[in-house]
Amino acid sequence: MEYETVIGLEVHAQLLTDSKIFCGCSTKFGATPNSHTCQICLGMPGVLPVLNRKVVEFTIKMGLATHCRINPEDVFARKNYFYPDLPKGYQISQFDRPLAEDGWVDVEIDGNKKRIGIIRIHMEEDAGKLVHDEAGPFSYVDFNRTGVPLIEIVSRPDIRSPEEASAYLRRLHEILVYLEICDGNMEEGSFRCDANVSIRPEGADEFGTRTELKNMNSFRNVQRALEYEVKRQQYVIEGGGKVIQETRLWDDAQGTTHSMRGKEEAHDYRYFPDPDLVPVAIDEAWIEQIRATLPELPVEKRERFAREYGIPPYDAGVLTTTRALAEFYEETVRLTGKPKIASNWVMGDVLRYLNEEKRDIQDSPVTPSALAGMINLIEKGTISGKIAKEVFEEMYRSGKGPEEIIREKGLVQITDEDALKKAIEQVLAANPAEVEQYRAGKQKLFGFFVGQVMKATGGKANPALVNELLKKTLSSP
Amino acid sequence: MKITKAEVEYVAGLARLEFSEEGKEMFATQLNSILSYMDMLNRVDTSGVEPETHAISLKNAFREDGVWKSLDPEEATKNAPEERGNCFRVPKVIE
Amino acid sequence: MAMEPYRLTIHELQEKLRQGELTAADAADSIFGRIAAVDERTKSFITVMRETAMVEARKADEAIRSGKGGPLTGIPLAIKDILCTKGVRTTCGSRILQNFIPPYDATVVRKLKDQGAVIVGKTNMDEFAMGSSTETSYYGITKNPWDLERIPGGSSGGSAAAVAADECMASLGSDTGGSIRQPAALCGIVGMKPTYGRVSRYGLIAFASSLDQIGPFTKDVEDCALLLSAIAGYDPMESTSVPIEVPDYRSFVGKDIRGWKIGVPREYFIEGIDPEVLAAVEKSIGVLESLGAERVDITLPHTEYCLAVYYIIAPAEASSNLARYDGVKYGYRSPEAGDLIEMYRKSRSEGFGAEVKRRIMLGTYVLSSGYYDAYYKKASQVRTLIKRDFEEAFRRCDVILTPTSPTPAFRIGEKTDDPLQMYLSDIFTISANLAGIPGISLPCGFSGDGLPIGVQLLAWHFQEGKLIQAASALERNAEIKKRRPAL
Repeated sequence: MEYETVIGLEVHAQLLTDSKIFCGCSTKFGATPNSHTCQICLGMPGVLPVLNRKVVEFTIKMGLATHCRINPEDVFARKNYFYPDLPKGYQISQFDRPLAEDGWVDVEIDGNKKRIGIIRIHMEEDAGKLVHDEAGPFSYVDFNRTGVPLIEIVSRPDIRSPEEASAYLRRLHEILVYLEICDGNMEEGSFRCDANVSIRPEGADEFGTRTELKNMNSFRNVQRALEYEVKRQQYVIEGGGKVIQETRLWDDAQGTTHSMRGKEEAHDYRYFPDPDLVPVAIDEAWIEQIRATLPELPVEKRERFAREYGIPPYDAGVLTTTRALAEFYEETVRLTGKPKIASNWVMGDVLRYLNEEKRDIQDSPVTPSALAGMINLIEKGTISGKIAKEVFEEMYRSGKGPEEIIREKGLVQITDEDALKKAIEQVLAANPAEVEQYRAGKQKLFGFFVGQVMKATGGKANPALVNELLKKTLSSP
Repeated sequence: MKITKAEVEYVAGLARLEFSEEGKEMFATQLNSILSYMDMLNRVDTSGVEPETHAISLKNAFREDGVWKSLDPEEATKNAPEERGNCFRVPKVIE
Repeated sequence: MAMEPYRLTIHELQEKLRQGELTAADAADSIFGRIAAVDERTKSFITVMRETAMVEARKADEAIRSGKGGPLTGIPLAIKDILCTKGVRTTCGSRILQNFIPPYDATVVRKLKDQGAVIVGKTNMDEFAMGSSTETSYYGITKNPWDLERIPGGSSGGSAAAVAADECMASLGSDTGGSIRQPAALCGIVGMKPTYGRVSRYGLIAFASSLDQIGPFTKDVEDCALLLSAIAGYDPMESTSVPIEVPDYRSFVGKDIRGWKIGVPREYFIEGIDPEVLAAVEKSIGVLESLGAERVDITLPHTEYCLAVYYIIAPAEASSNLARYDGVKYGYRSPEAGDLIEMYRKSRSEGFGAEVKRRIMLGTYVLSSGYYDAYYKKASQVRTLIKRDFEEAFRRCDVILTPTSPTPAFRIGEKTDDPLQMYLSDIFTISANLAGIPGISLPCGFSGDGLPIGVQLLAWHFQEGKLIQAASALERNAEIKKRRPAL
């Protein structure tokens, strides 16, 4: 039988605020255990939460960017459960009145557009970190992460394959990073994903029993885990068994998922509105004020680059991977007026050098104005394309401007006819046999003479001029 | 009976409390008498009435995003029943 | 012989400090002498803070000498042990917080300290403020100074007894369903629960967050006004704090109430009220009428549902608020705990007393899957109707007058076996918490057994001034404040 896969994803993204959602402790990653805590995020007796305004603004941004409806009145609720990393014994989250609902994003699968629905986006606080003692019977709790703001983005069960899931995640990730509301770092847990997966016979209306997958901390693992889980469910069903509704953990090393059954208990979270917090009221004016600050999103930017700069869709895709890269490119274009040449340089040498050192475009030692300056020097004929490669490398290593490097290294192109004529005469004099053969009709040797002249001038000769002068000299007896 | 012993056990589990058999019976009886008293609320017509979570209706109480001084880790863990290396120590959590 | 300083009210002591007749150190000494003499019998305090208080008193004298004293400088005050005090153990009357030392001060504590008050100690209370008799404290039962066989009321019984027994000039308590007004009535003093949001809850250990409010216990109405002015006001640390200016409440003291309408709700004058209480309350209405106020009969139709609504909402919130006591970060952890689940269960079962566990169970039940709508949501809807009743009633009157408690102080142990009977002692005070309105209780007479009786006045949101005005009129003309408990 043919099966159809049904996937829904829950993404948790940490928001890039300076301080936590309900107190002023820092959100920075990697500090000494419990050094970013206070009585509030430790859940000490008597403390009260006060909402960080930026969390609301960031969530509205994400809601708008994913075409959600922004609810005019949003309520925080308590989700009650016991766990050592949850200091209050409840998580402040949103339940029946989340900030944003009913949105979508488009993804592209094999050149086809597919729309994935978003049920809701809500605000909540993160939990702390547990470290388990490998040797002893203890675990250790660090509450630095407790209270770091999160948004949870819940998709509709519109996803039909692991590839689609991966494409959807990449799209969300890209939007969050573009909006500069999440750093997107999956290793540090800034972007996390759980998946609900089920399969059903092709054409069926009802959903199959789903399992919930956790512990997938990269795009690749999400895809691998889903592929494995879909196969596992098929195997279970084809073997006459039934899929059990349960939570399963992805085991990266084994490449399998395994059941958490027995270690979970019935979920009865006893949600109720948090009496310590007041509703968040969002009016049209606030929404419009935030909408005005939204950057151009990756999909729109991609389309515009292809249209406006006449570059291939592939180039547009690469150049819009991050907002900073797109800005780098556009600035270079603005300063040169040469979109295609700029694209070649940015996608070529710029990214290659950066990738070698795993550096971000923001940290590039070559600025758009330096790159543009160099491109303009090529266009003017001051340096050749070949020399430019050398100049670029030096710009990258030293951070110096192109003119300075060219001056220091004497790399200015030789366009002086007399100097070139002299060099040509020397080359011809040194290779009488080849001259003989050429004149006898072996035209292929022309390239050899050009190469020799370039060599003699240290690559600085203007190639067009060399061609012209060589032809003239060789044809005159 | 509104609440059975089994329900007392379920609720105690959720609340992370434990009781002796005798205690469970007593709670079942006492909770039943309290819950029976609550039944009077069914006499009130509340159709279309918004539930009141706050005595005073306020909206939008915000703090501006800014970092304040946290406690020293020593201070943060000072009241901990068990502490090691600035962390709170608990019996092993099995995941 | 001059009157012992501990007998003084805040405003009397303040005058003597200003005149230089007494020093703050003398006053503190006198208070600690009194505590030493009577607290063994009243058991008002969990923690007495003699050393820090003497330092604060000397600082206060310094300030007074250099002309920098304010209304509270050098005044010995007691604080209910539900308010966090930096560096000083704060137990909330529970074993589970036996060793808890907060790293911060509650906003009200900080305000009092900033104004130069001398904090003499932390007072006893029902565990987590759950009770009406101060019998559920892990640290022993507080006795009513008027009759040591009887309860002082609760949950702020220690704060009330401490003021009645002259172990401090005034104190702070908290009121979730009557925990200031009922013990004030039973101990023959003045106690006020301000409007929800008027006084910051930051640092008040939560029982039921939507109902809790901090307020003063004082020897007279003028002190109540003075202490309220000192603690009220907007606090950015609390989302439900209301940004409204604080008037000088003292300016309402002694003002005329001619032409005022005194609402008398018929639902509060029911069978089961002690006849002596009824008589004393009726007499108060007569006093107000004699001062030119008019009695208006009003109705609060949803009154009979208040107790049921309260005993759903308060335990529901409490079950969540008390989830943080898990033996991980602070407080009691059972030495018996083996694995994680045992650590939770044993620490909580051994750390909490029976009444607290009962309310956690009740609250967990009403929020659990399948019951939310029938209980919590229904109760919250009826709460809306209760609030509307008051809104309607206050269109017709300035203040509402009711008994504070259906009976004078009952005997220790009398109601401990029947939770519902105990809950009924809050029947007249709970509605104010549900509606968020302010209420004051002040003495209005004595029973034949010599037990104090209190009358309650209620006003609409942020009308504490009206309560002070009406209460001070009543106090000045009822002629009952001369008696003191014979300790």
